[in-house]
Amino acid sequence: MFIINCPYCGEREQSEFKAGGEAHIVRPKQPTELSDDQWAEYLFMRKNIKGIQFERWVHTHGCRKWFNVIRDTSNDMIKAVYKMGEKPPTK
Amino acid sequence: MTKNLRIKTSKFIDETYKVSFKFNRKTYYGFKGDTLASALLANDIHLVGRSFKYHRPRGIMTAGSEEPNAIVQLHSNTSRTEPNVRATEIEIYEGLEASSQNCWPTVNFDIGGINNFLSPVLPAGFYYKTFMWPASFWEKYEYFIRKSAGLGKSPKESDPDIYEHKYIHCDVLIIGAGISGIMAAKIAAKNGFKTLLVDEKPYLGGSTIYQNSEHFKINNQLSSSWLEKEINEIKKIKNLEIKTRTSVAAFHGYNFLLARENLTDHLPLEQRNNKTRHRLLKIRAKKVITATGSLERPLIFNNNDRPGILLSSAIDKYANLFGVVCGEKNVLFTNNDSAYETAISLYQKGINIEAIIDNREEIDSKLIKEIEKNNIKIHKGYTIVNTFGYKRIKKVSIMKLSKDGQKVIGSKEYINCDCLGITGGWTPAVHLFTQSGGKLKFRDEDQVFIPNIYPSDQVSIGSCNGDFTLDEILSTTPRILKEFLNLKKIDYEDLEIQSSFNKSKRNIWLLPSDKVIGKTKPFVDYQNDATAKDIKLALREGFRSIEHVKRYTTTGMGTDQGKLGNMHALGIISETTGSKIGELGTTTFRPPYTPLTFGTIVGRNVGEYFDIFRRTPIHDWHVKNKAEFENVGQWKRAWYYPKNGENMNDAVQRESKAARDSAGILDASTLGKIDIQGTDASEFLNRVYTNSWSKLAIGKCRYGLMLNEDGMVYDDGVTTRLDENHYIMTTTTGGAATVLGKLEDYLQTEWPELDVYLTSVTDHYATISVCGPNSKKILSQVFPDLDFKDEHFPHMSFKNGKIDKIKCRVMRISFTGELSYEINIQANYAKAVWEKCIEIGKKFNITPYGTETMHLLRAEKGFIIVGQDTDATMTPIDLQMDWIVSKKKYDFIGKRSLYRSDTIREDRKQLVGLLTENPDEVLEEGAQIVADIKKSPIEMLGHVTSSYYSPNLKKSIALGVVKGGKNMMGQKLIIPMENKQINVTVADPVFLDKENKRLNA
Repeated sequence: MFIINCPYCGEREQSEFKAGGEAHIVRPKQPTELSDDQWAEYLFMRKNIKGIQFERWVHTHGCRKWFNVIRDTSNDMIKAVYKMGEKPPTK
Repeated sequence: MTKNLRIKTSKFIDETYKVSFKFNRKTYYGFKGDTLASALLANDIHLVGRSFKYHRPRGIMTAGSEEPNAIVQLHSNTSRTEPNVRATEIEIYEGLEASSQNCWPTVNFDIGGINNFLSPVLPAGFYYKTFMWPASFWEKYEYFIRKSAGLGKSPKESDPDIYEHKYIHCDVLIIGAGISGIMAAKIAAKNGFKTLLVDEKPYLGGSTIYQNSEHFKINNQLSSSWLEKEINEIKKIKNLEIKTRTSVAAFHGYNFLLARENLTDHLPLEQRNNKTRHRLLKIRAKKVITATGSLERPLIFNNNDRPGILLSSAIDKYANLFGVVCGEKNVLFTNNDSAYETAISLYQKGINIEAIIDNREEIDSKLIKEIEKNNIKIHKGYTIVNTFGYKRIKKVSIMKLSKDGQKVIGSKEYINCDCLGITGGWTPAVHLFTQSGGKLKFRDEDQVFIPNIYPSDQVSIGSCNGDFTLDEILSTTPRILKEFLNLKKIDYEDLEIQSSFNKSKRNIWLLPSDKVIGKTKPFVDYQNDATAKDIKLALREGFRSIEHVKRYTTTGMGTDQGKLGNMHALGIISETTGSKIGELGTTTFRPPYTPLTFGTIVGRNVGEYFDIFRRTPIHDWHVKNKAEFENVGQWKRAWYYPKNGENMNDAVQRESKAARDSAGILDASTLGKIDIQGTDASEFLNRVYTNSWSKLAIGKCRYGLMLNEDGMVYDDGVTTRLDENHYIMTTTTGGAATVLGKLEDYLQTEWPELDVYLTSVTDHYATISVCGPNSKKILSQVFPDLDFKDEHFPHMSFKNGKIDKIKCRVMRISFTGELSYEINIQANYAKAVWEKCIEIGKKFNITPYGTETMHLLRAEKGFIIVGQDTDATMTPIDLQMDWIVSKKKYDFIGKRSLYRSDTIREDRKQLVGLLTENPDEVLEEGAQIVADIKKSPIEMLGHVTSSYYSPNLKKSIALGVVKGGKNMMGQKLIIPMENKQINVTVADPVFLDKENKRLNA
């Protein structure tokens, strides 16, 4: 079980959080303009990386805030945590 | 059995405290401090069980948790019975009753023993190969296979013991209290770390604590005496907590560990009542020091499994720790120096050693010299080629090994014995390290896997790190700890060590015999009866990956997880295939390290605490009025209220009729309620619901349908505009939490610019729904100050009301199609208001109804229940609810998906009504719907989603989803059942009051 450093509450047990899939997928501003393929790309296509992955997590049993996590899926090490709307740390 | 097999040496055994116990119904005696295994050995009992597949007689092999053979059933046929308990771990207590497993009628005469003679026809994969044809027969085979297989018997009564869970947070956790663990505990605790030391044994000190050899000294004291002083010292340290009988079961990432603390298993049964039996410790440690030691390897040779064959270190431990002699004519068989340690300690106690057989040709060390000095015969360069004796070893035959160790040469010699100690060197116990994600490396010199890359802030010390000898442990451990704990100066840096151990070893994974391998039984996994022969067969059949060989031969898949033989399996694979062990890798070590009871895993979450459940504030009234309940998500909801012995059907018919004829009352408090506030609340609702919300006037209610981004129906409910920037949304009972989660997600991540705040108020308000033609009359008396005239309080509108000083929200909304009101009231007043409604409603025969009637009433109106009439594949168009999808709105969640090539297909499953030819025939929910019964294969068009007998329409009604159903109105379809076919006609899903006249009745 990981320890996740919620950017609002600090370090908490993983059981307080829920994972929300890949991060930085922006909902298209004008969905009606998109072809079926383009819409499907947004709707269904997700990466499944062994290694560094950008993910969304939510502190369900805490502040209920969503934020981003950079996690190495091969060993579950969390490299960084940053708020929604912020750019991932470049390091 | 009058032999005296006790020797007076051990301070761990209290010879003044006699304990009686039963084994296979016979009474024996042992002493306080004995394990069941040591007490049995002291009574000259080696044969304790039968093997899993061949039913071969098996004896005690080890003295620890790695025991593969000596597993017993405790207290058979009682509520405290427990199968597969290792006799080497269980401490004896007055009244202990143990029995052998996997044998019938007795362990001495076991019918299943015939399998041993059938073994040529029972190779690896026998069951897979034989019973796969014909496939349909598996169920019949399975019954007999299961009957003849299996180890112990699970209890049939519920467990009387108490179990609990506890969280522990510490700076340093040390696993294992052997010599290196004790040193680590002292260093960590003395330097201010909050330290926890755990060990699976009841005592501290590991295997050093019972070493009394002059050959191993620290600061010129016997190693055991030195360690004893250290233990006494650490017991006084305040910030060090020590837990014995505590076995770490799992080591997860981020230094999260699970350990089982055993509190009562060593007590007589009558002393266990009202005490916690096992405690599952959930440990989060900043730093972990693994000092789990090492396990002695057996040697793999023909018939290496007879009772009386033990690990050499186990014989040593039984003699030194328990004061028990395992045999009177001992032979030791080794490939390294550790057998000589055993030999010396046996010799010093006056225990006879017949001979030592050593694989190695040229050997020389202090230990060996001492043995030779005492005229004990050493057969150098020899191997055992066979053993004799069915229920106890009687004799071994030995032959000289060839130079390459692959063949035997010369003539055969026989040596009589009643006990054979074997040692193949040591395997570091790296199980926990690899569970945590650690990567191993293979050390070629002595053929062991040792920790290499640590995945978290942890370190391994002592023999689990590959430091086997006393001088290695004492010189390496302080250095590792100093760096790991980041200390400037520590104790133990200038110890004076005397150790006579020579590290030479001749590693031969599978020792040759004079017979061809096909005629031999060299066991690799004792518990699962897997032999080297089976592994070679698997390789011949093309299995290469260690994980595949493991599953095919079942090597390492017993309750001991192959702690003894896994390395040999790897070795044999590598030798046979010519690959390097380091490249083969190991099989995965999975938690738990030793088996856990179910009680430990569930802790206090049993009975009514198994899962949390939620009750509405009106729950007590439902109980008092004899409601039957159903589980809806976590809620207990009133299902129906049987009167005068009614069954469910009768009760539901009565309730449904009353609700339409006069008045019904429903506790709808479980509906999810979300309070929505903010200047952009209307815009927000526009984006999350399919219909338009901008023009909803204050005081009005609207039904909304919520989709997923893929266009599929997700939830529905009525939302009321309380004020300019204030709405209250209701969700389905089961969807409350996920809807709130989804809305928060969009709000925070996609539309952070919107000024909207969401608050869950499900528990804060109770909801009482009163429906039926007389509901208005009842409500007018409950709220005498409110104007209930249709023109002032029309359908789909809301008013604030008051009962005395209590504020309520009254909505005129209907899920039944009747004139209907919902009262939302602060939860703590809900029961009083409910009772008031019932009191006032009495003259109108107000009838409480449950969820079943609610479902029936809404089905009459064709109202959907999300999750019953929909699954995650239904769009609003499929539900024939096009009317609720706004054409004008530019966007809402799921809109774009409603015209994907797949969602616009005409032949999607669509919601329709179904009427049976025979109006009394009620369909089964979930039944398949077909058009052509003769076509093969029959095409499934859909299934029935809701089905009831309607007392108001006096006929059976149903909803279902049918491919292309929208265009099949009036068409006849068939519901094939097990013993009949039911003819149905596709109909409009609204069965009652299509004009909605009753809403204003």
